[in-house]
Amino acid sequence: MKENGLIEFRWHGRGGQGAKTACLLLADAAFSAGKFVQGFPEYGPERMGAPITAYNRISDVRCSIHCNIDNPDYVVVVDETLLETVDVTHGLSPEGAVIVNTAHSPDKIRSKLRGWQGRVCTIDARRISEETLGRNFPNTPMLSAAVKVSGVLDEAQFKKDMEESFHHKFATKPQVVAGNMAALVQAWKEVQAG
Amino acid sequence: MNYNERLSGNEAIAFAMKQIDPDVMAAFPITPSTEIPQYFAQYVADGEVNTEFVPVESEHSSMSACIGAEAAGARAVTATSSAGLALMYEMMYVAASSRLPITLACVNRALTGPININNDHSDSMGIRDAGWIQIYAENNQEAYDNFLQAMPIGEHPSVRLPVMICQDGFITSHALENIVLLDTDSVKAFVGEYQPENYLLKAENPLAIGPYDLGCHYMEHKVQQAEAMKAAKARILEVAAQFEAVTGRKYGLFEAYRMEDAEVALVLIGSSAGTAKVTVDQLRQQGVKAGLIKIRVFRPFPAEELAQALKNVKAVAIMDKAESFSANGGPLFSEVRGALYDLEPRPRTVGYVYGLGGRDITPDHFHGVFDRLRAIADGGELGPVYTHLGQRG
Repeated sequence: MKENGLIEFRWHGRGGQGAKTACLLLADAAFSAGKFVQGFPEYGPERMGAPITAYNRISDVRCSIHCNIDNPDYVVVVDETLLETVDVTHGLSPEGAVIVNTAHSPDKIRSKLRGWQGRVCTIDARRISEETLGRNFPNTPMLSAAVKVSGVLDEAQFKKDMEESFHHKFATKPQVVAGNMAALVQAWKEVQAG
Repeated sequence: MNYNERLSGNEAIAFAMKQIDPDVMAAFPITPSTEIPQYFAQYVADGEVNTEFVPVESEHSSMSACIGAEAAGARAVTATSSAGLALMYEMMYVAASSRLPITLACVNRALTGPININNDHSDSMGIRDAGWIQIYAENNQEAYDNFLQAMPIGEHPSVRLPVMICQDGFITSHALENIVLLDTDSVKAFVGEYQPENYLLKAENPLAIGPYDLGCHYMEHKVQQAEAMKAAKARILEVAAQFEAVTGRKYGLFEAYRMEDAEVALVLIGSSAGTAKVTVDQLRQQGVKAGLIKIRVFRPFPAEELAQALKNVKAVAIMDKAESFSANGGPLFSEVRGALYDLEPRPRTVGYVYGLGGRDITPDHFHGVFDRLRAIADGGELGPVYTHLGQRG
């Protein structure tokens, strides 16, 4: 554990998949739980499908540090095709974990992780999203998996806060709240640790 | 009353604007501007403010519209960034010399070229001589707090100057962080109403604003403007004291962090100062007498106060997030170094240009700078005083 209970996340996704939104939602949920938070994307030439990175710091005290996160405790990979081109576990804490959106098992994914020896977790966020939301919006299941694997937030409080957050975020389309909650609950059940 | 929220820096500024409910906001609401006009336009559309929102076709026009509105007697605000600020250049001088206390939210970003949208201070540093008060923030909280203080500073009869409230693009503007907000009634009471003595729509006292000024008076007007900028320093501190009384949050011309017995120190601006505080804390744990000064107010420049704060320091690194191509260091370096010249003994100073176009800077970079400062403080060679930090070899 880092000083002041600091836990750091790095998100890898592709533009349009909602990695930035998931990062901001995690910050939201941690704020609701009384934590000090940072949620910030790394901006580049934004276009659909381009690799993007986003970061979270969650701590018991306000963080004055304002640089990117080189040594995260957890890495969340929203798109498994990024494993081909991005060294996602670079700098990842050996006690931490990488959480990958994939239909494959943790063992199968480990072979793509360039020698990473730590924990590998997988979640089929695409299938869960298609079953619960009717479309591929992997960010909600990935957020759920990240919170469960990291243990950064209390389960009941997280689910309650997220429901409120979805009601706020989807104020103009309340019909998607139930689907997002179902995705969240399903991902919490399904995430596999290897 | 204070209450806890979480907002990005852009949201924080837009929310401050909503609480203030200015008469006019003129903005070019797309790139290269910020999300601030977008969020504020939502408040306008939802009827949550009474502001006249003027979506103009360029930043030259947004500043022109603000000048017209403020000259008429209204309170005008705008927000921009990077190339947008550059496009305002001509009108920025008109606003300041006409003594119109417009408030501009500047989200600091690099200037083209090469094309880049990320953070550095090239935009506001490029316009530092236009006659605007410039106040910089480390994070969303300071951006919000500074914005609430802008109008009581700029509109005061002893000042009457426009104010830029700057924050780091993306690093704070797009980062969601905890923030303590002040309730709207307290904000309105603190900021007050804009009550100019003279303005265009004052029928009983017709006046001209912005006429031709011949050589026989131009210089007198410029001296008045310079005197106003000098007077702004006292007003900034007065407003900071009033703000502390309301919120409990303390501000000065700069923040001196662990400077009480510091022998080596950094001087820098903005979010990177927060990152450097981590390094200072680590060094203090090892017994190194390290500190830093984070500039809050760059215009007016707090030269005497900085000299006082740095007089016992042996070696200082002055760090610019802007490359001014002087071939002799950045603008902060030149001014801080100049401010220290009359001290005896005088701290030894080196300059660094860092973080251009969003180049990340970490606590390790600052450790490297402190290592060098400690060697200089121990009697080592000064070495080159104008170098860059964090670029690839």
